[in-house]
Amino acid sequence: MFPASFDYHAPTTVPEALRLLAENGPDAKLLAGGHSLLPAMKLRLLEPGCLVDIGRIPELRGIRREGQTLVIGAATLHADIATSDVVRQAAPGLATAASLIGDVQVRNRGTIGGSAAHDDPAADYPVILTALDASFMLVSSAGARTVASGDFFLDYFTTALSDLEIITEVRIPGAAASVTSAYAKLEHPASGFLVVSAGVRIERGADGRCRTARIAIGGLGGRPFRATAVESALAGHALTPAAIAAAAALAADGSDPDGDAYAPAEYRRHMATVYVQRALEAAL
Amino acid sequence: MPYPISLKINGRNYNVDVAPDRLLVDILRHDLGLTGTKESCSVGVCGACTVLLDGQMVSSCLLPGVLVNGREITTVEGLAQNEELLPIQQAFIDHGGFQCGACTPGQVVAAKALLDEIPHPTEDQIKDWMMGNICRCTGYYKIIESIQAAAAVNP
Repeated sequence: MFPASFDYHAPTTVPEALRLLAENGPDAKLLAGGHSLLPAMKLRLLEPGCLVDIGRIPELRGIRREGQTLVIGAATLHADIATSDVVRQAAPGLATAASLIGDVQVRNRGTIGGSAAHDDPAADYPVILTALDASFMLVSSAGARTVASGDFFLDYFTTALSDLEIITEVRIPGAAASVTSAYAKLEHPASGFLVVSAGVRIERGADGRCRTARIAIGGLGGRPFRATAVESALAGHALTPAAIAAAAALAADGSDPDGDAYAPAEYRRHMATVYVQRALEAAL
Repeated sequence: MPYPISLKINGRNYNVDVAPDRLLVDILRHDLGLTGTKESCSVGVCGACTVLLDGQMVSSCLLPGVLVNGREITTVEGLAQNEELLPIQQAFIDHGGFQCGACTPGQVVAAKALLDEIPHPTEDQIKDWMMGNICRCTGYYKIIESIQAAAAVNP
C-alpha cells in the first residue's frame, strides 16, 4: 500500500513549524512518529497534501522535573517514557501505560503528543493522563495556552487542539512522595489496544489515609471516564483491601458504554470494576 | 518532488533522491535491491518489515525515507559478518524457527535486537518483545526455542 503523494517539510523550530501550518492551511498535517497517521494515509482514510515533520525540533523532546511538575516534551517516544527513571519515580502509572502501548516497534517511534492528539478511544495515554491531571501546553502563532486533560480529550478522535496549534509539552503535577499512581489494562489479545483500562492517582495524607483520588477509565466511551463515585468513596479513608474493593465496585457508576462484538456494555462495566481494583492495588 | 537523503545501511553509505512518500521498505527493496526485508501487512502491525534504526527495531513500512535522513539502518542482510551467520541466524536454522519464511527476516532482526538489549531473556520477556512480529504459520514455539538457543551461547 502507498500513501497519496505529499509535500514534506522538516522545520527545526516550533515557530517555523507554526508558519508552515499556517501557510499550508487545512491541507497540512503534523507528522511525529507517524504510527497512526501513516496507516491512515496508506488506507486512504487521509490524504494530506503536506506533512510538517516535527521530529527534528529538539525542544519538543525530553523529560524533566520542574519542582513538583513532571514535564515531557510532546515528541518524546513511548519507549523513552516507559524506561525513564524520572517518570518511574514521579508518575509510575505513566511509565506502566507507556510500556503497554502496542509493541516494541510502535514504542520506538510513537510519541506522547502524537498519541494524545490522535485521541484513539482505545489508546492508553488519554486514560492515564486524565487520571494524573495532566495538562497540555498548546502553542500557536497567537500565543500559548494550557489545557487540562479533562478539557482536552473531548470525544472519539476529538480533542481541543486546533489545526493551527502544536502540543509542545505535557505537564503532570504532583511529583511528590505523598502521590502515587498506577495503570492496569485489559488488552485485546490480537491488537493490544485496550478493551478496558484504569488509571489511578492517589494522594495520601501524613496519616497514610487517602487524601484525594483521581480515577480515569478507558473503554467506556469516547473519552476517559472519571469514576467520581470511586474517588469520593476513597477520599479521607484508610486504603484497606476492603475499602478498595468496596470503592472499586462503584467504578462504572454513571457510565453508559457502547458494547461491541468483543466486549458488550455489561462486560465493559464489570471489567471497569476489576481493573480499577487492580490499579488501586498496584498503586499501593 | 525528489528529496536528497543519505543513509548508512549495513555499514555502507547511500545517497538517494526520493519522493517524500517513498517508504523505507520500498527504498530498501526497490531502489537499493535489498530484498531481504519483506513487506506484509503494510500498516505496522505484522513486523515482517522490521529493521534496526540506530540499533532500535522499527517498522520500515511506516517510515518515509525522508524521516530517517542521516540515520543508520541495519537490515537482515547486515547481520552476518564475513559470511558468518550470527548465532541467532544459525539458531533459526537449527531449531526450525521458520516455515514459509515470510516473517523470518523481521523475526530474526527483532530477535537480534532483543538479545542486544537482554542477553538472557526469560520466556515471558521473549513473548513480550516479539509480540509485534506475527508468524502466519503460527510457528511460535520454534521461534522461541531458536531465541533461547541463541541466548544460551551468549556470554
